[in-house]
Amino acid sequence: MKNWTIATITLGMLLSANAAQAGPTLDKVKARGHLVCGASQGTVGFGAPDDKGYWRGLDVETCRAVAVAVFGDKDKVEFVPLSGQQRVPALQTGEIDILPRTLTWTLQRDANGINFTTPNYYEFTGFMVAKSSGVTKVEEMTGASVCVQTGSTTEVVVNDVSTKLNLELKPVVFDNVAATRQAFFSGRCDALITDASALASVRATQSNNPDDYLIFPATKYMDALTPAVRHGDDQWLDIVNWSIQALLNAELYGITQANIDQMTESDDPRVKRFLGVEPGNGKALGLEDKFAYNIIKQLGNYGEMFDRNVGKDSPLKIERGPNRLFSDGGLMFPMAFQ
Amino acid sequence: MTAIDMNPPIGHIESPGPPRPSRRSLIRLFFGDFAASCLTVLTAALLISMIPAVNWAVFDAVWTTDDPSACREGGACWAYIAAKFRFIIFGVYPPQEQWRPLLVMGLVLAMILASLSPRLWGTRLVYAWVVAVAAMLVLMWGGVFGMTAVSTSNWGGLPVTLLLALLSLGLGFPFAVFLALGRRSVLPVPRLLSVITIELVRGLPLVGLLFVASILLPLLLPAGWSIDKLGRTLAALTVFAAAYLAEVIRGGLQGVPAGQIEAARALGIPSWKAVWHIVLPQALQKVIPPLTNTAIVMVKNTSLVLIVGVFDMLSASRVAATDPAWPSPYVESYVFVAMIYFLICFGISNYARWLESRVQARSYR
Repeated sequence: MKNWTIATITLGMLLSANAAQAGPTLDKVKARGHLVCGASQGTVGFGAPDDKGYWRGLDVETCRAVAVAVFGDKDKVEFVPLSGQQRVPALQTGEIDILPRTLTWTLQRDANGINFTTPNYYEFTGFMVAKSSGVTKVEEMTGASVCVQTGSTTEVVVNDVSTKLNLELKPVVFDNVAATRQAFFSGRCDALITDASALASVRATQSNNPDDYLIFPATKYMDALTPAVRHGDDQWLDIVNWSIQALLNAELYGITQANIDQMTESDDPRVKRFLGVEPGNGKALGLEDKFAYNIIKQLGNYGEMFDRNVGKDSPLKIERGPNRLFSDGGLMFPMAFQ
Repeated sequence: MTAIDMNPPIGHIESPGPPRPSRRSLIRLFFGDFAASCLTVLTAALLISMIPAVNWAVFDAVWTTDDPSACREGGACWAYIAAKFRFIIFGVYPPQEQWRPLLVMGLVLAMILASLSPRLWGTRLVYAWVVAVAAMLVLMWGGVFGMTAVSTSNWGGLPVTLLLALLSLGLGFPFAVFLALGRRSVLPVPRLLSVITIELVRGLPLVGLLFVASILLPLLLPAGWSIDKLGRTLAALTVFAAAYLAEVIRGGLQGVPAGQIEAARALGIPSWKAVWHIVLPQALQKVIPPLTNTAIVMVKNTSLVLIVGVFDMLSASRVAATDPAWPSPYVESYVFVAMIYFLICFGISNYARWLESRVQARSYR
């Protein structure tokens, strides 16, 4: 599969000159009457249709935020399910307007036809252990056996961590995801390694008592999952950037879906500018001045979005961790909204 | 098990009429010689080894529950299928418009039932199919007659599976006929073109074709041009079906005696007319069984569109299974989808058998 990805990206690179000049995206989107977003083929918490076929998830709502910014309506958006190989070409060719689909910000992708906006989720590779084992961080894992899926990048991580910290980890290798997880819960190994959000979902769905298990990072490296847009349309890049920034800023200012109407009476000049009480911000982007107000009114701030889709109010129960605001010790950094 | 008594072991040839059921003949049937004993023991072992599976699927299963956590222990979670039934069948199609895909499936079923008997086969039926398929597409798309428009990225589930199978076979068939005739042609250019097309497509895996259609094709098209994702997928499936059908039809053409076309030529019938009215009908009649076989293969092949992000029934069931509320019911999802595929394919293969026996009876006349 990896070869396919490289092949398609290379080809995309060669041909993107052909597709790059798709014209001002905002005009195209407005003429069409709705936004078109790339979506996953079902990643719970990030982008998946519910029983009624309504798309939900953190990535999906990031896209809805842009729809609110442009149209003032979170449902004026269409989601195109894409496979991992398809997602970048689909953006390059103009089939979709935004690609928010658990896409890691990398140099190769950035250079080859797409632009990254603002990260909406930081992901790390993690270990899951039973709380009863008493282990709380990687350094304490000496001699532990680790359930790992063969051929995955996590297999490499296990070896790297083990050699580097001299932990003598014993990888127990399985050839499919389900078997790996089952082995962990049946006590075949002391720890399970994979992406932290996947671990959280496994813990929520497959353990008898999710509270019995602990998840912590395996390395110091982290991936920034970032919605992307096409090269060559700076206005559109700005609109997507500041739609995401609006979500982050609202959390910093303490503006929530519930209190937003009271906040319009705030004396804080930043809040006034943010909510469009004092005009200027929207016009600069080619949007309504109240676009940020509309986004928060319909979707809530980033924290609410996180809790609802992947955090404490969702079945995944992922901790905020690195996805907290900088003011709470996380990596999410709202830029000055003025 | 009366059937056992009706089929005596080979040692009984001399006894006239069916032997009376006796314990001895049963023992002889199961443990008559070494091979029979081995088979009996193996079968018994197999049956015993299936007990856990049966327990899982039937006795320990959770049949109805509103609380997903009731499924966390032991058996199969059929309650999950009940909860996700709508989603697996209709995918992401808007629920308030659900009657439309339902009607489409009804139309498909009605048309298939109407086409079963060979006595009704003819140009009229072809027109009826064209009209029916057009009606299905209009129903799915909407945007006219007061129906809201539903773009193809919101189509999903069983209707997509059925439409892809029907359209790829329906559109592929005429191409296949031309490819097959071209390959048998004495003219070098059509022959070479047909051979290249058929061999190229048959030499590629369907997965490769789907990737080309869904990823490379849009990049190769000039900027601003775009073909719908479902349309591109359908194009790949159609090309694939055409190549395989062409080879089947060529087999039929080779089976038609050369005397037929020679006789037509002797009577002064133009050669295209001879092919159309004399050779082709005979050829197609000969290859009905392998044609239905290709149809079954194509129905199952549609499930591969999963890899290019088309929301067919299999994709929908996989998405349904990721719902964290239910404790990963992957096996239940796959069993359910497999049953639907089995019903469709078993239906086609039974029909093919019936058709074959009918055609044979006719050719002996």
